[in-house]
Amino acid sequence: MPAPSNDEIRILTPSGMLGYGFPLDHFRLGLAQKPHAITIDSGSTDSGPQKLGLGEMTCSREAYLKDLEVLLEAQNEARIPLLISSAGGDGSNLHVDAFRDMIADLAHQRGWRFKLARIYADIDKNHIRRELKAGRVEPLGPVPPLDPAEVESATVVVAQMGAEPFLKALDESEGVDVIVSGRAYDPSPTAAMAIRAGFDPALAWHMGKIMECGALCAEPVGRCVIGYLRRDHFEIEPLNPAERCTTASVAAHTLYEKTHPFLLAGPGGTLDLSNCKYEQVTDRRVRVSGSRFDPGRRYTVKLEGAKTAGWRSIFIAGARDPIFIGQIDSILDKVIAGARAYFSEVPEETYRIIPHIYGKNGIMGDLEPVKVPAHELCIIVEVAAATQALATAICGKLRTSLMHAPYPGRIATAGNLASPFTPLEIPLGQACEFNVYHLMTVDSPTALFPIKYEELA
Amino acid sequence: MTTVVPTPLRDIAKVVRSKNAGPFEITLDIIFKSKEDYEAVKKSGVITKELVSELYNVPTQAIITFGFFDLVNAVKITLPRPRPQGGVGETDMHAAQQHVPLQEIRIPWPAK
Repeated sequence: MPAPSNDEIRILTPSGMLGYGFPLDHFRLGLAQKPHAITIDSGSTDSGPQKLGLGEMTCSREAYLKDLEVLLEAQNEARIPLLISSAGGDGSNLHVDAFRDMIADLAHQRGWRFKLARIYADIDKNHIRRELKAGRVEPLGPVPPLDPAEVESATVVVAQMGAEPFLKALDESEGVDVIVSGRAYDPSPTAAMAIRAGFDPALAWHMGKIMECGALCAEPVGRCVIGYLRRDHFEIEPLNPAERCTTASVAAHTLYEKTHPFLLAGPGGTLDLSNCKYEQVTDRRVRVSGSRFDPGRRYTVKLEGAKTAGWRSIFIAGARDPIFIGQIDSILDKVIAGARAYFSEVPEETYRIIPHIYGKNGIMGDLEPVKVPAHELCIIVEVAAATQALATAICGKLRTSLMHAPYPGRIATAGNLASPFTPLEIPLGQACEFNVYHLMTVDSPTALFPIKYEELA
Repeated sequence: MTTVVPTPLRDIAKVVRSKNAGPFEITLDIIFKSKEDYEAVKKSGVITKELVSELYNVPTQAIITFGFFDLVNAVKITLPRPRPQGGVGETDMHAAQQHVPLQEIRIPWPAK
């Protein structure tokens, strides 16, 4: 196993997301550079609250197994640590264990031996309530202050760990091969490897920040990327020979999905990139220096939680008649009022009816600048209610009413809608909502993130 | 003398995009092809907090980030999301199609 020298540590990241797949030839080009670790993130809130709310994973088990097998094989040959963060997308304990089981299955099938560390990130609700009372939980951005009732209704609450739990797992284990963590700040695994080898934490966090997205910092954007971290700078290069990192592509990458381009807050402090220098080293490689890290006055971690919020059903229908399309708003208003009257026994505030009218303003809603509807509309009506049966019943009433609604000037008296699918009303299952997105002050960066070690064979 | 005509931002910028920045914020990036284009758009004075407030129906004081960032030849604007991501009534889970009003704004620009 190559040890990082005093002068350089090399980290290989095959993809911005475990389970999305990556080109094997480029990954092998990366392994040929003799990296000191492989890091890969699996987490994101970007595909919605249902992962935390319902315990769903971002990718299928098959997709994870496919990527994991390649990574474990590389780990087994090169004997370098493999660090996987935010298992399953939400990084809940449930998914850390699901990843552990997949890794155990692969080890068993292929006859590999691994020393595995699992780092958990579910946070005890009692702990959150105590800290909330003590004034140590605050909203993160445009979020209401945390209500203890929301903590209660959240299916699970996780916290994003920093580099410290990874450092602890690497230090305590005397040669851990694979770390699977729960919810983590995406750059944490890469930052941990570099900080552990004694490199500047600011550069370590910045390199991690770029690499957690794979080769998204390249032109054209790609998957596999390698970082070379040295004493006073780092260099970044995509592994696909057809891609290149440019000073512009690397500098601009930090804009992506971030609140601010230069100030990136994370566990334990803020990365400040306002004085960074970007230099083109080769045609495809960029050198970065001048990153700064300001440790905060308090160590905070980001809490994430989601709750279930009733059951949803929808119907999907097209409309092509210009006489109907010209009056769609008033027709829908009447149909909705009629359905509400029909279901007068159901308290109004316990269910919601939301029309989505594509071809008019389905994507931008009230912000839509174009006021003239298209020649055909796709109408999706969303109903959220206390049970699936009720949501579907309300949805059915709305659909049949809209199908047969009379309107001024109507000459197509047989029906107003073109329905493409059966079932005509589609049950969507439980809806979810993010309801915890807050910063919590912690006394120890590791105490909330328990670690379990085991030998897999 | 060059004629100056109102030109849509989408014909000038390299990137105009929108995306979630976490479940409660939406962020808009405008990235330019060159320092010259960036400086010219900045100097035009068209892109302001007031314009963003009007396009996205957000009070100026609620705008989280608004700025021209010289180091990256880019404008970054971060706003509160109209609703938390992915809940009932969502229309754009990733907020990936909310950039259009911005790309349609007109900048006084030399005619081609």
